[in-house]
Amino acid sequence: MSYEEIILDHWRRPRNKGRLPHPDAAAVEANPLCGDVVRIELGIKDQTIQDIRFEGEGCAISLASASLLTELVQGKPVLEAARVADEELLSALGGVVRTRLTCALLPLRALRKALASGSSET
Amino acid sequence: MDEHVRDGFPILQRTVHGKPLVYLDSAATSMKPTAVIEAEARFYRESYANVRRGVYELAAEATDCYEGARTAVASLIGARPEEIVFTRGTTEALNLAAWALGETRVGPGDEILVTEMEHHANLLPWQETARRRGARLCPVAVTPAGELDRDDLRRKLSPQTKVMTLVHVSNVLGTVNPVPEIAAEAHQVGAIVVADAAQSVPHMPVDVRELGADLVAFSGHKMLGPTGIGVLWGQRELLLQLPPFVVGGEMVREVWLDRATWDDPPARFEGGTPPIAQAVGLGAAVDYMQAIGMEEVRRHGQELTALALDGLLSRPYVTVHGPRDPAARGALVSFSLAGIHPHDVATLLDQEGIAIRGGHHCAQPLHRKLGISASCRVSFHVYNTIDEVGLFLEALDIVWKALG
Ligand SMILES: Cc1ncc(COP(=O)(O)O)c(C=O)c1O
Repeated sequence: MSYEEIILDHWRRPRNKGRLPHPDAAAVEANPLCGDVVRIELGIKDQTIQDIRFEGEGCAISLASASLLTELVQGKPVLEAARVADEELLSALGGVVRTRLTCALLPLRALRKALASGSSET
Repeated sequence: MDEHVRDGFPILQRTVHGKPLVYLDSAATSMKPTAVIEAEARFYRESYANVRRGVYELAAEATDCYEGARTAVASLIGARPEEIVFTRGTTEALNLAAWALGETRVGPGDEILVTEMEHHANLLPWQETARRRGARLCPVAVTPAGELDRDDLRRKLSPQTKVMTLVHVSNVLGTVNPVPEIAAEAHQVGAIVVADAAQSVPHMPVDVRELGADLVAFSGHKMLGPTGIGVLWGQRELLLQLPPFVVGGEMVREVWLDRATWDDPPARFEGGTPPIAQAVGLGAAVDYMQAIGMEEVRRHGQELTALALDGLLSRPYVTVHGPRDPAARGALVSFSLAGIHPHDVATLLDQEGIAIRGGHHCAQPLHRKLGISASCRVSFHVYNTIDEVGLFLEALDIVWKALG
């Protein structure tokens, strides 16, 4: 009885956790149902995600997903990052039970929101 | 509890993720015994028609079944049948109460007392009534021990208090509120007292006259009955003064193009075709529980709650919310695991076939007060066993090992 190793790993040792001093784009997404909150901050240069940080509070699945997502899109062109599909993140997490999809996808919603806000600024 | 009781609940034979189902979420909704499932099916097969309007034999039979359910519910709570209003559930019953009392009893500058431990179903309707009528909503505090702060209540009761509404048994803390004492204090200032009995009527003997509230709401689906049926009990004299919430067919005497006169309660509050088969199913659920005896239902619930409480309190990684004394509780325990989100606990237990609740249980203000965003909850009914409590506690240790 446990989660996939990859979820436990990212939950216990989150990557890219924290804040950027001068983010080019940022967004917060929350799920008031369970209190999960994720903030994504981006440093964008030449239409590419140079830096990414997340901060969050919530369940293991949402936090592990946020951590893994930062690795998934770091260094990617903005346009490519904006096209990361739900299924891609879910399979990178090793699969997520259907009752917890909202938790797993919360960080991706935050990323898309941040990218959308960033592109309107530039 | 007779060990064969469990066998009467067909769904409990199934497995989840390949494991026997251990269902510990009866506070959300209870499972149904064959007696209830069959009563509803039999009604559809043998006696079904619309109620109160047909002059043919079948319609009379259906009406007898529907009214028979009303009589059964009345006898369960020490009421008269004409004081039982069928609704869709607790939520609709409380909306009816809040709307009708708002229309007749609450005006600008008046006050409505609620508590910090209310389910959203007994908070939002009063927020709306207060807003609509220009009244103030005053929340009575909950103590750190998870009880109502009686001093705070006394400070807030005043001649401006037109309604005092409170939960009988909290669906999060499990606390059994002393409704008779509180109702007596509220009546002294002339307030109408409303009790949300969604977690008490299904689990313990409740006599509405002893309870002392003027209006009492509960749901069929939490007491082994069907969904879509619930009850608002009201003092006859009060019900007679209240206007209907839903208007249309079956609740009127005379109708002109520009006006109508209302029927007497309870029909006045049951506009439209009611959930007839669901009422019949609820009647069967009441018969079923009365055959066991509400004292025995309560004793069994307390036994399992005491075991769960003991087990949870003895685990250093667990924080229990609400009273420590099982006698001061309904058949449920909410708790948190240090540093672990309730959804993770619930998901991992689910892998073992153990269904518990993780979330805010429709009580966000209470969780805010407890300083947490969500909690875990186990709750019981007649079909749960001592073994299941043991399985749950063992599995919780494994969750803690995996995530702690
Ligand atoms: C204390 C309390 N009040 C009200 C409700 C709402 O009941 P229903 O959803 O059946 O209307 C519930 C059930 O969730 C409850 O536990």
